[in-house]
Parts: sequence; C-alpha cells; structure tokens
Amino acid sequence: MTTKAHKVYAIENGTVIDHIPSPNALKVVKILGVHQEGILTVGMNFKSKKQGRKDIVKVENLKLTAAVTDRLALVAPTATINIIEGGKVTEKRPIKVPLEFKGLLRCPNPNCITNVEEIPTHFKREGELTKPTVRCRYCERIYKDPGDLVI
Amino acid sequence: MEMLGRSIVSIRDFPKEEIQTIVQKSLEVKAGKWSGVLKDKVLATLFFEPSTRTRLSFESAMVSMGGQTIGFADANVSSAKKGESLADTIRTVTGYCDAIVMRHPVEGAARLASEVATVPVINAGDGANQHPTQTFLDLVTIQEEFGRLSNLRIGMLGDLKYGRTVHSLAKALSLFGAQQVFISPPSLRMPGYTQEQLKQVGADYEEIEDISELTQELDVLYVTRIQKERFADFQEYERVAGAYTINRSAFEVLGEKCRVMHPLPRVDEISTELDETENAIYFRQAHNGIPTRQALLGLVLGVIQ
Ligand SMILES: [Zn+2]
Repeated sequence: MTTKAHKVYAIENGTVIDHIPSPNALKVVKILGVHQEGILTVGMNFKSKKQGRKDIVKVENLKLTAAVTDRLALVAPTATINIIEGGKVTEKRPIKVPLEFKGLLRCPNPNCITNVEEIPTHFKREGELTKPTVRCRYCERIYKDPGDLVI
Repeated sequence: MEMLGRSIVSIRDFPKEEIQTIVQKSLEVKAGKWSGVLKDKVLATLFFEPSTRTRLSFESAMVSMGGQTIGFADANVSSAKKGESLADTIRTVTGYCDAIVMRHPVEGAARLASEVATVPVINAGDGANQHPTQTFLDLVTIQEEFGRLSNLRIGMLGDLKYGRTVHSLAKALSLFGAQQVFISPPSLRMPGYTQEQLKQVGADYEEIEDISELTQELDVLYVTRIQKERFADFQEYERVAGAYTINRSAFEVLGEKCRVMHPLPRVDEISTELDETENAIYFRQAHNGIPTRQALLGLVLGVIQ
C-alpha cells in the first residue's frame, strides 16, 4: 500500500513528512507555512500498520530543516521527516517533542498576561507523548488541543 | 529547603514537604519565635487592583516585625496608568526594596514579575488564577486547629466554580490525602479542569448539592460566598444563595465539632449566631494571615531558616 502511494506521488527533490496522524495533514501544512511554496502533495487516510490511519505531506524542492519541522511536535509527534535528493532519501529523522514550547503557541485566555504584555508565550507539555496537553506558564491553564494554538 | 530569594507565585510550585515547612514556620512565628526579624527590610506593595484587606494584612505583617513598606493601593496612581509596561514597572521598583508583593487583575502577571525582578515577588492575587498566601493561611489554620493536615474530612460549600481560593486549597489538601466533599448548586460546581487535576494527584472527593446529603460528619466546612453577579436572574440568585447559608441547625448534619472557615468578607452565608461558638474559626483564620505572611517574607528574605 505505502509503496504504491509513494510511486504515485514520488518526488525527485524535497521533503516528505510521513506518519502524520490522520486527519492532521492540513494542520501540518498550515504550521509549516508552505502552502505557497511550489508543488505540495497532501495524502490523507492511508492505511498504516502502526497507527491505523496516517496522512502524508510532500513538499517539492524544499529541504525543510529540523528547526522548521520540529514545530510539528504538537500535531504530528509521530511523524518522520524524509529529505529526498535526486529521487533518493538522503536524510531521515523523527520529530523532537520538547517538554517546553517558547513562542510557538498563543494562549487563548484573553486575560492572560501573554495577551496583554509583549512577551513570548511559554507552555509546558503534560500528558502522553502521542496525546499531549499543554499548560501556560503564566495563567496556568491547561489546553487539550495544543495543535490548534500554534502561531 | 532553600527558600532564600524565591518568589511565591503559585501553590503549584510547592511540593508537600515545603508546604509542611512553611506551615510549621508560620506557627513558630505566631508563637513569637522570630520576632523583629524583618527589621530594616523594605516591602513594596504594588496593588494594580485594590484589595484593602490583603494589602493591610501584608503591611501589618511587615511593620509589626520591624520592617517598612512602600507602594500604591490602586493602579490609578501608578505608572501603569501612564502606559508603562508591567515588566518595566517591576524592573524599576525592584531597585527600591527587598521584596515585592503585588495584586494584578491579569492572570500570570506575578509570574512575569518574578522573572524580571531581582528580589522575591509574592503574588497577592492574579485575576482568577492564584492567591497562594491565602492557601497557606488556610492550611496554617487547619494545622493549628487539628494538629495535622492529613486524615481530615473537609467540605467546601457555595461557589466552587469561580472561587480560586477553593481550587488551590482543594489541590493542596489532596497532597495530604484529605477526604473532600464539594457542596454546590449544579451551576457552580468545581470546574472540570480543576477536577481533572485533582484526579491526576489521586484526590479523594465527592460532589453533592446539599449538606443534607452528607453521609458522614465533617471536620471542617469551608464556606464561600455566592455572588449576585453570577446570576442573570435576581430571584434565582436569592433562591440558590438562601439554600447555601449555614446556621446553628446545620450542625445536626455537619457534626457538633465541625469547624467553619471562610476566606471573608462574609455577607450572610454564615449566620452571625455562629460567631461566638467554638465552631467559628473564620476570624482566627483571617488573623493567621499575619504570621503566615511574616513567615513567607522571612523565609524568602533569608531571616527565617
Ligand atoms: Zn496563559
């Protein structure tokens, strides 16, 4: 199944983000901010032995650095990043899921100091790695869908 | 336990052992052990939102131990009014004092202040978030009354949804394995996120709507005020608030020895007929704010060890 999917959508150069938990592919595109960066292939709901259903995003002609793809920690902690050059995988890496997120998320609490003063937000990850929640360091509220808070 | 230089922002920053030490030091202060240790210390009291009781409690705590206070009681007279950022106000004030106590209407304000100040910051309330010195003085009062914080049955009554006091106290008591009973109208139940956190630490609690549903007597009933503003309809407010008032006859179900606490100010949720009884410990609770705040100041300033 996956081999066939790769054949159909194979790219010569760029980045393939595999094993994205369904249905988060569009959130991945949004967070990476690559929707205007050339040809983009989004595949959703592939069968996966490991995770039931998975999504795949392929970004042509762009080598995304770890600093960029690590921003996916909250929507696709299980994803793998494949850098493709000349039709071959030249680098394969997981996503680093840190314990703290500085400046990555916005706090939805309007009465939180991060929405009043010009300061970077700061969240701590709690809960399981595959289903993380985050707590705002300032107002101390806990949020269940942190992927929706990515700035 | 190293407390020197630390800020007191949230009860969540303190593990059980540290809470026990702080409670013990507060009772030592109350017994007169550390008199005068705040001599020559200057406390800045920055009240960006007025709270006369809390401010007077801190000022009295400081002055009666030989210290001094500077500050403002209302944001209208502060530089915040002129558009200065909170961080800049704190960066300036931190050079004038040995510690800062602040109340601010925005959640997380005290945490931010603690990051930019070079002296300890004590949070005296940040919006709906935290008011840790209140939680400590509640615990001091319970320890003083029962000689322990563990193995107690504690009821919380009234507005459990908006009352940050009961959220923090419930979390702290969970660390000590208290059996807790939350008694409130359905619309003012302990919020889901607080219950989640209580479950995470393995808290033992149940929820009921009326004290008549109690199956066992309580050691403590912690009463909170139900505020008019929480209801769109005034008659609905009167009906609900009326059902959550405590008078002498309530002790038939609470138990003769049940102690009654309240963060004050009280309106009519506790009948004044209780004031002179042994059950009423709410005024002593308020007075315990002084030694508790003195102990905290002494610990973070390194003059109490
Ligand atoms: Zn926040």
